[in-house]
Amino acid sequence: MDVLNRRTVEEKIFKLFMIVSICIVIGSLVIIFGLVIINGASSISIEMITQTPTPGNALGGGILNAIIGSLLLALPATGLACIIGIGIALYLQKEFSHPGFANFIRFTLDVLWGIPSIVYGIFCLMIMIALGMGSSLLVGIFALTLLEIPIITRYMDEAIKMVPIGLKESAFSLGSTKFETAIRIVRRQAFPGILAGILLGLGRGIGDAASILFTAGFSNRIPTSLFDSTAALPTMIFNLYSLPSGQPKAYAAAFILLVVVLLISIISRVLSKRFMKHVIR
Amino acid sequence: MLSSTIQIETKNLNVYFDKHYVLKDVNIKIPAKQLTAIIGPSGCGKTTLLKSFNRLLEIHDEVKISGNIFVDGQDIFDSKGDEIPDIRKKMGLISQKPYPLPMSIYENVAYGLKIHRKKTKKGELDAAIQHYLQEVGLWNEVKDRLHDPASRLSVGQQQRLCLARAIAVEPEVILCDEPTSALDPIAAQQIEKLLLKLKQNYTVVLVTHTLRQAKRLADYVIFLYFGMVIEQGPAEDVFNNPKNPATIAYIKGDIS
Amino acid sequence: MNKRKLRDLIGTKLMLIATLFVSLLFFLIFVLLLFRSGLVLQDNSLFDILFSSTWNPDNSQFGLAPIIIGTILVTGIALLIAIPISLLSAIYIAEYAPWKIRRILRPFIDVLAGVPSVVYGLCAFLFLVPLTKDVIAPWFGVQSTGLCIFTAAVILAVMVFPIIISLCIESFNAVPLALKEASLSVGATKWETVKKVVFRASTPSVIAAILLGFGRAFGETIAINMVIGGIPRIPSSVFSPGETLASLIASKYGELMSIPVHESALMLVALILFVVVLVFNILGVFILRRAKRRWTY
Repeated sequence: MDVLNRRTVEEKIFKLFMIVSICIVIGSLVIIFGLVIINGASSISIEMITQTPTPGNALGGGILNAIIGSLLLALPATGLACIIGIGIALYLQKEFSHPGFANFIRFTLDVLWGIPSIVYGIFCLMIMIALGMGSSLLVGIFALTLLEIPIITRYMDEAIKMVPIGLKESAFSLGSTKFETAIRIVRRQAFPGILAGILLGLGRGIGDAASILFTAGFSNRIPTSLFDSTAALPTMIFNLYSLPSGQPKAYAAAFILLVVVLLISIISRVLSKRFMKHVIR
Repeated sequence: MLSSTIQIETKNLNVYFDKHYVLKDVNIKIPAKQLTAIIGPSGCGKTTLLKSFNRLLEIHDEVKISGNIFVDGQDIFDSKGDEIPDIRKKMGLISQKPYPLPMSIYENVAYGLKIHRKKTKKGELDAAIQHYLQEVGLWNEVKDRLHDPASRLSVGQQQRLCLARAIAVEPEVILCDEPTSALDPIAAQQIEKLLLKLKQNYTVVLVTHTLRQAKRLADYVIFLYFGMVIEQGPAEDVFNNPKNPATIAYIKGDIS
Repeated sequence: MNKRKLRDLIGTKLMLIATLFVSLLFFLIFVLLLFRSGLVLQDNSLFDILFSSTWNPDNSQFGLAPIIIGTILVTGIALLIAIPISLLSAIYIAEYAPWKIRRILRPFIDVLAGVPSVVYGLCAFLFLVPLTKDVIAPWFGVQSTGLCIFTAAVILAVMVFPIIISLCIESFNAVPLALKEASLSVGATKWETVKKVVFRASTPSVIAAILLGFGRAFGETIAINMVIGGIPRIPSSVFSPGETLASLIASKYGELMSIPVHESALMLVALILFVVVLVFNILGVFILRRAKRRWTY
């Protein structure tokens, strides 16, 4: 009886620890969401999201330049990363690659995933300087693409690994080539996972400041060509957070980023449910 | 010994999976336009043998194959990488668990026709799909929902869809890997009936672990035991006058 | 038929090119960083740079010791906070929480993992910094501006929570139910089952989750840069300002890039980041392989 007692006491103590931990986690998250939502909602206004900063005063006007800049950076980067990523992920299947080679590539991707985004930033900066370019939308897109490739590819790869071998056998037995099987069957079967990877990459790309800090530069105007430097929501926050008069803009930008992250999460849930219908279990 | 022509023949076929010696010196002949059943206890290499015919084994890791397999007198190991799809096209595969492709019912049947560029006009394609679905007795059940995902069909319907999909590429051989093991008795019976009908036009190779199914369906029987061919011949001979003690034991039900 | 073969050939080759591009990228980054950090290594030995304590580029002093100490402190404290809290939370969510709470918490945690670091940084700057300055530091009897190693480590821990939690939940859920039932049926309590069976069976994945959390903490740039104070001196306490490797690049690159030696010093910092990430990934592979061999069930 005594032994059982000690055991239940231990369980109770740890359960208490667990509850305390989960409260800390939830508490910190509530604080973060609360801060951004309350301050963001109060500083966001129609003019905040429809105007660029007033000429001569970076703190006046709105943050339209950063909103547009973020979209112009993150969407093409995600598109590029997605094309490259699906190619790699399909190629890592054993019909195409030797398992040893595939695992080496997976390892490289994991390392690339772990490399801090600031390193991508200065890597692209070096290339940019070597090519005689200045900080611009184009280099920013390039930096974000490199940042997103490992994330998107590894997600796609995991989804593709789950495709049952019997399904591939079915496709082959109909006379499909390896490429047709990969593009038409495997891609479709793995689609929900692939989509989740793409959206995750988009979320990472749209929120990253370190990689575009030097590569995309900063500008108060909306870029008109690929070679203009541009603002983005994360760099806007980074530039303005320490100035009390800049904080409304920083909060508005953070609010928009948070909404985007939420939207991405909701969209990926809804879409993956919709695309699940074709998936064979 | 065989009245009809030979569709598939293996000579000294050996298969290793990593270090496992799965098929040992297999020499068999499979007659055309008949139903050949490959029987034997589970784990004896039946599925491996079946999948070696259309070179599906090679997509697995660590598999080593030696020997020859002749299909229509031609050694399938002679063909190089990009000719393999043509070998596979000759042979439809029905697997244990139905694997409809992740697309609609219509697209499943159309898939093979599309990749092989047959029946490219819309009207022709529609007619062909109706024809093949009728062949497997699925048309009446699905004609109103051709564009529903194939994953919504019942397992038995999925298996018949796979059969329709396989015959739509006009193969000569249909390879069946225990096609009824995942199905309920009624769906299984439908598949068996279909196989009997199909053997008039196709060479059917059926892997089965139920002896009664082999007795009901087979014209020709191959008995595999621990990766070796113990006995092969016309069904009546093997079932009524088995020569090898292992075959006798298996048919009596002493080993399974 | 020929068209089909051609399309296959081109498609396959394109896939191969994409794959080779990635491994090339890996080597290209490494080689370029190595090459560009050569300049600063001409006049200073690597040993001096790593262990001397003065960072003053204007005086051609590139001692990284304070920054390395700052990085270790921030990452270490962050993980010390994050690991127990995340593991306990994950156990609670996976094993103890009622079904309804679990359904709300899972997507919540996933959303959190996606919140950009700059947003964490902003919240830390506006909430945690004043809190540290006015409440926490005085409580320990220390004066602080709030822009300090402690603040950076706390916000980093919060950023690492969702990563470790969601991976751990996944691995706890992957433990076969039969295994849990086996333990419960010999009369173990739920906690004993969690401790002795669930935890053991998922040890490799838990290690992987912690390594991933470490990677995130170690490489985090922006959020830390916003709250750490950015002073490359050896910190006297956790409440004094400091600097980390990644954050140093972000704060100094703009002003230092015009002078080749200074730029080269920052390239060396980037190279160190790269090498550490590489080494930890290699270690991770070995640890996981060993752990899998030992703990496979």
